[in-house]
Amino acid sequence: MPDVIDVILRCVLVLAVFMVLPLVIGQMEHKAMAHMQSRVGPMAAGGFHGWAQLVADGVKFVQKESITPVAADRRVFELAPAVALAPYLVALLAIPLGPFFGQGNLIGQDLDLGLFFVLAAMSVGVLGTLMGGLGSGNKYSYIGGMRVAAQLMSYELPMVLAAASVAMAAGTLSLVGIAQEWEPWWLITQLPGLIVFFIAGLAELQRPPFDAPLADAELVMGPLTEYGGMRFAMFLLAEYAGILVLSALTTVLFLGGWAGPFSDHIGWLWTLVKVMAVAFLVIWARVAYPRLREDQVNALAWKVLVPVALAQITLTTVLVVA
Amino acid sequence: MTYGKGLLQGLKVTFKNLTRRSVTAHYPDVQPDLPPRSRGVIALQEENCTSCMLCARECPSWCITIDSHKETIPATTEGGRDRSQNVLDTFDIDYSLCMYCTICIEVCPFDALHWSPEFAYAEGDIVDLTHDMNRLREWMWTVPAPQALDPGAEPSKELAAYEAAAEDPE
Repeated sequence: MPDVIDVILRCVLVLAVFMVLPLVIGQMEHKAMAHMQSRVGPMAAGGFHGWAQLVADGVKFVQKESITPVAADRRVFELAPAVALAPYLVALLAIPLGPFFGQGNLIGQDLDLGLFFVLAAMSVGVLGTLMGGLGSGNKYSYIGGMRVAAQLMSYELPMVLAAASVAMAAGTLSLVGIAQEWEPWWLITQLPGLIVFFIAGLAELQRPPFDAPLADAELVMGPLTEYGGMRFAMFLLAEYAGILVLSALTTVLFLGGWAGPFSDHIGWLWTLVKVMAVAFLVIWARVAYPRLREDQVNALAWKVLVPVALAQITLTTVLVVA
Repeated sequence: MTYGKGLLQGLKVTFKNLTRRSVTAHYPDVQPDLPPRSRGVIALQEENCTSCMLCARECPSWCITIDSHKETIPATTEGGRDRSQNVLDTFDIDYSLCMYCTICIEVCPFDALHWSPEFAYAEGDIVDLTHDMNRLREWMWTVPAPQALDPGAEPSKELAAYEAAAEDPE
């Protein structure tokens, strides 16, 4: 019986993190982006500096009508938001949060193949956007969907290569194992891998400056053009959940997860701090850089990231063997 | 080597902005600090108006409506001539037409029209944007005193003329 309670408790905890942290990141995006542009961002909702803005947005989205275009492929169109959102929840299940006041490691489920599992789940998340693009029966959506496909093809490779380099250095595919094997000098030897992984992750999430598939100036909103109400809100939540998963994965793979002073007790806090710092970088990149053209997006992947990732793997191999 | 310089500069500029206070005016919570001579609403000092119609004629958008009648003031001395005076019946400004060009105020020979900095007079019905002369008179209470001269500036010509007249008893 305690096993059942344990499982339920873990699921509830992961679900709570999944519901709360993306909103925190979203709010951080609102406020940090506003201040970077010399604005103040939301101020009214909730009273204190607009802290409840995303809750208010959610309430608004719920009230809206869900419209399915006549030309749309109904099943695919309606399933797409769920396909975009759910994989991030699944991925979050396998990401360790670190030791909690000497209670052992906080994690939904420690998998031997954790790294593969999380990367696979992240890629499925992108398929949701692709489904939205191809199922909407709209030319803008279709072109956006094509761009999503091209981007997914290009950036999956450098991302997996960079992750493979870390797995090789740690000698394990378990995320807990990798974080435990992490040593500070990895920050230097795995730095190219870290940069490649972060950039490829940004591109996979279609975050600016890699938002050519959405490109609201040319493609209206790309694959999301026909979505409104709750379905659009799910895509929006998927975007922030994606940032969370990418940040958490970067933290665990390259930044040592819960490594830090007193990590036996407050390791989980170190992980959260690092996750938020990486999420801030994601937001910062959005504000600082203009969107890449479609050919530039692919050129960056094939001409820069893949060679760098391969060089990183070679370097790691030499270090591991030597 | 300048490759990648722009990337770093983008990060630098945005981060500098992040650490600075934003310049946003929190309008409904904090009243704006308006510059002197702000063009908010036109106030009418009815007592100064002679119904000369200059403002109504010059108005490019035809937003001023004036109606008046003549009243006779009986002669004060015996055998004197009766005088007549214009009395305003209507003085309306339609703010749905007004373009705040300030020509009516410039052209008024008797200083009957003034700018007031009050700007919050939105209405639910366009008809209510026509302010009649009672409402225009009320705006007079919000007209600020003339802006003080810059320190060390020449005194105005009107003041010099006034002082010259006061000194000369003849």
